[in-house]
Amino acid sequence: MWEQIRSNQIRSAVLVIGMGALLFVIGYFLGLYFFDSGIGGLLIAIALWLIMTLVGYFQGDSILLASAGAKKIKHDDHPRLYNIVEEMRIASGLPKTPDIYIIDDPSLNAFATGRDPNKAAVAITSGLLQQLNRDELQGVMAHEISHIKNRDVLLMAMTSVLLGAIVMLSWYGSRIMIFGGGGSRRDSSSGGAAQGIIMIVALLLMILAPIFAQLIYFAISRKREYLADASAAMYTRYPEGLASALEKLGASSGQLKSANQATAPMYIVNPFRKKGRAATDLSSTHPPISERIRILRAMGGGASYIDYETAYKQVHKGKGSVIPASAMSLAGDSSQTVSRASTADDPGRLERTRETSDVMWKLSDYKTIECPCGTKLRIPPHFSDKSIQCPHCGQKHML
Amino acid sequence: MEIVLWVLLGIVVLLLLFYVFTYNGLVRLRNQVKNAWAQIDVQLKRRYDLIPNLMETVKGYMKHERETLEAVTNARNLAQKISDSGAAARSKAEGELSSALSRLLAVAENYPDLKANQNFLALQEELASTENKISFSRQFYNDSVLNYNNKIQMFPSNIVAGMSGFKTGEFFEVTAANEREAPKVSFS
Repeated sequence: MWEQIRSNQIRSAVLVIGMGALLFVIGYFLGLYFFDSGIGGLLIAIALWLIMTLVGYFQGDSILLASAGAKKIKHDDHPRLYNIVEEMRIASGLPKTPDIYIIDDPSLNAFATGRDPNKAAVAITSGLLQQLNRDELQGVMAHEISHIKNRDVLLMAMTSVLLGAIVMLSWYGSRIMIFGGGGSRRDSSSGGAAQGIIMIVALLLMILAPIFAQLIYFAISRKREYLADASAAMYTRYPEGLASALEKLGASSGQLKSANQATAPMYIVNPFRKKGRAATDLSSTHPPISERIRILRAMGGGASYIDYETAYKQVHKGKGSVIPASAMSLAGDSSQTVSRASTADDPGRLERTRETSDVMWKLSDYKTIECPCGTKLRIPPHFSDKSIQCPHCGQKHML
Repeated sequence: MEIVLWVLLGIVVLLLLFYVFTYNGLVRLRNQVKNAWAQIDVQLKRRYDLIPNLMETVKGYMKHERETLEAVTNARNLAQKISDSGAAARSKAEGELSSALSRLLAVAENYPDLKANQNFLALQEELASTENKISFSRQFYNDSVLNYNNKIQMFPSNIVAGMSGFKTGEFFEVTAANEREAPKVSFS
């Protein structure tokens, strides 16, 4: 596990440095163009990036969770979900159980956030919580926990900040260049040819850089998804759980209201997916769901990284590789599987829907009284009367 | 002459660096194994704590299952008593506790009143999850031991391990043969 994390870190460093260089080059040429000083532009770019990084590092997870309208739960709010996350924390060897959030949204999705394994969170939509049985939920949570374990969350947050800075600079820079007057262009008397070259380079950079940066970002994001799937299979020793959950996710096309392009790679499936789209393309943050399912189901009973890599090659006809070679020797002995007997007591679809709606009411500070006649009374947080009558059987309940 | 000296010095420095990094890597893996073992311990203790609660809830409903209930209590007490001994003896006792528990939960299926009890349902989820946590912590422990042992036995890190006295770790096997069998349910 350590080898794999370390090789990830090297690759991430290269990526982040590459994108950072791109940002600084843009800053330099913009500075050269607007106020004849490349260093000035560079400083502006660095300042912009620093501010965004600091905000992203310290506030990124809370901004993401708040903008998604996520509510934090404790063990007693939803014991099954809490236990499953704890089980996966143990299987992955994470030092601390991440905070668990539920997003009140009927669409199906889940994501992980947090800058390091000691301060991480997982979130799931209430829609997905209703849909999945225990094994499937375990697969999804294993996938999210492996994002935390592999440090994908921090990497994607940092790169998305860089991407954001590049896009922002290019967008404003090109608008000002095209529509507004540039600073040094009019009063500059020093050689028109040099000025022209700078302008062309700056314009080209501003058009190409965001596209280029986005392609790097998406490529890395896709690879991370495969790796997280492979880790999820290894943690649960049961690839079918995640495969079956992905099948349910793929069958729905509900778009998550609170997601945007920059936060998209954090989710288990692309929050902007359209139904039935199978073709993989360069501008997608996630590999096609159908392909991820095919790979998981081709693992043939095994659950190690080697099994996943073999299955990936089989699906891609021998091309490509997703697991770093140094991680291949890692254990994934499927002879010691966790018994799947617990599914016997798994609540059905209807019970899960009731259970989830109970949790959502409770998280909104509603009290629930169960009348002996079978009716559930929901008491709003600011209800002031001392008693309430059941509308069904007329019995009075004291509050 | 001088060049030979410098080359020799370079080799010595490289060897030292290799030793330091390998040694630290081995220590990190050994600590991971220790930590993983502690994780199993936490979950096993949690199971000891859950069982008295379960007994309290169940005994009013299952008056005719004295044997099954006693088997669980005895297995729990035995497992707790030998919890300081080695991995082999311990995994046997814990395996027996697991199978006694699964027998009890299987028998509980015959008591509809008990199955409607909220307290029992909550305990059932906790117990099932604790069983899973035990399995997952054992899985992580065995994976950690495998990585550690690989490092100790494979060239070239085995040289450092041999010099510094690192010993291979012991796997936590499932020794109780009946743990993997389906629980026997008697309807007498």
